[in-house]
Amino acid sequence: MSRLKLSGISRSFGAIRALDGVSLELAPGEVMGLMGDNGAGKSTLVKIIAGNYRPTSGEIRVDDKLVEFNKPIDAQREGIEIVYQDLALCNHLTAASNVFLGREPTRRFGPVSIIDYDKMRTTSAQLFARLKSETRPRDVVRRMSGGQRQAVAIARTLLSHPKIVLLDEPTAAISVRQVAEVLDLIRNLRDQGISVILISHRMPDVFAVADTVAVLRRGELVTSKGASESSPEEVTGLITGAIEYA
Amino acid sequence: MSETLEQAIGQAQHRNWLSRMANLQVFWVFIAAVLACLALTFMTDAFATERNLFNVARNFAFVAIIAIGMTTVIASGGIDLSVGSVVVLSAMTISVLMEAGNPFWLSALLAIGVALLVGAINGVLIAYAGMPAFVATLGMLSAARSAAMVLSNNKMIWEFGPDHDILLWVGGGSTFGLPHPLYVLIALTIVMGFVYRWSRWGQYVFAIGSNEEAATLTGIAVKRIKVTIYMFSAFTAGMAGILMAGWLGSVTTNLGTAMELTVIAAAVIGGANLNGGEGTALGAVVGALLIEVIRNSLILLGISTFWQGMFIGTFIIVAVSFDRIRYART
Ligand SMILES: Nc1ncnc2c1ncn2[C@@H]1O[C@H](COP(=O)(O)OP(=O)(O)O)[C@@H](O)[C@H]1O
Ligand SMILES: [Mg+2]
Repeated sequence: MSRLKLSGISRSFGAIRALDGVSLELAPGEVMGLMGDNGAGKSTLVKIIAGNYRPTSGEIRVDDKLVEFNKPIDAQREGIEIVYQDLALCNHLTAASNVFLGREPTRRFGPVSIIDYDKMRTTSAQLFARLKSETRPRDVVRRMSGGQRQAVAIARTLLSHPKIVLLDEPTAAISVRQVAEVLDLIRNLRDQGISVILISHRMPDVFAVADTVAVLRRGELVTSKGASESSPEEVTGLITGAIEYA
Repeated sequence: MSETLEQAIGQAQHRNWLSRMANLQVFWVFIAAVLACLALTFMTDAFATERNLFNVARNFAFVAIIAIGMTTVIASGGIDLSVGSVVVLSAMTISVLMEAGNPFWLSALLAIGVALLVGAINGVLIAYAGMPAFVATLGMLSAARSAAMVLSNNKMIWEFGPDHDILLWVGGGSTFGLPHPLYVLIALTIVMGFVYRWSRWGQYVFAIGSNEEAATLTGIAVKRIKVTIYMFSAFTAGMAGILMAGWLGSVTTNLGTAMELTVIAAAVIGGANLNGGEGTALGAVVGALLIEVIRNSLILLGISTFWQGMFIGTFIIVAVSFDRIRYART
């Protein structure tokens, strides 16, 4: 069974062909490292999987069922959650408020319904504990480290018990110690049976956690194979074009 | 594990000094206003009189009411330059209707309706047509005042038909020694303090001001909420317009001219962050209070009121540099 199966996904923006016939498969609990140069189409691919963009052509299957996503909520209903490249957090709000943003639980008192902050704090504390992160629900995001912000963004995705989590460049702008933290977060997801697609520029990060690696070059998938059957050297060659396909 | 979870829920790493910092501005502005009051009490005989305090309370209430609307707009990352013109449009609408013999409540409702319509137009131009808030509301500043002039044929109105006395009582009267606009302000402050903290709408106002794109990505109806934010701002201005008409007992088309600047100053001095994401109802009130106390003190001390702008300008710059310092430490 494949958790996610893409067949012949293409996407154009006007004259730009961002993706060209991409097909790949992701198993349950598998971590896939998705790599490629700037502009190779990585963000476009995960945004198609997350329902932000519609593919120009091609099919998406979740658990072997053909699906069609018009909006992010459609993908969320199929258990797909995404952490965007720039994280999409509100700096002035607390961790708990960010985890629940747009999905705040409320309590009714007659005609007024108020936000249930207790429930938000309790649930997000549990999620942070699950991720083994030291982030605290009441902390304001503006004052957090990069690793803690990632934990908030990932905790957001766990709220709906996802099957697939897409991470777009989670280790791009953070310190080495925080990178280790984020890689642990990814391992935690995998241990819970969640499939992960990890986009990263950093070869060591990918090979540290990924079961399979996939490489995009100018919108084309040039490889998709087990991480143990590949190597950082091969991937580098594939990204630059020194190696055509593998 | 369960104990540490409890701890995690209860604590915040930076909570104590952060909340202190966040409250700092409102606190200091309040202290400044209190000190100014104390100084005036000792320096002049005129300040601590019942009559003067009554006037101060009433005068600042008008600005403070609109400053709460403005704080909401600013917290959402926008600005509303049209509030002064909405004041005159609302005041003129109720005046013209009442002069023509309509009852107070109907006229007041229609005046509020006109204000809400102006706010809705602002909101649609900003949220759906994608115009910068500064530009859309600048256009409305001009258009709404012009509408008030057209409506009244640019004449002063001082006779308000059969319900004349009701209007004067609502805006200019007092109950238990407190002016009526102050009651409106107190109610609005309590309600909005609650709404900011406990309602989804309040949470989304700050989320939009903090990171509009994130708010959109999480599925919040950002555009619709933005329209309601500008409607709320216009609502506060419309209400102030009705109260001011009753207080003054006459309405001319230059009512509320340049009021937007005082209102924005009050909001910013009270801690509303022009970059969005921050602001409190109480801050707006305290900011407006400080401005009125300064104005009053200049009059009582016999200093030319031309100095008022200098003081307010200085306070705005000090308030904004508070922000800068806070951000620099982040
Ligand atoms: N919304 C968009 N409109 C137009 N072009 C886009 C859009 N999003 C991406 N592109 C283009 O598609 C290509 C792939 O971009 P992207 O998926 O962001 O690459 P990556 O994430 O691998 O750096 C680039 O040429 C980019 O300019
Ligand atoms: Mg990208």
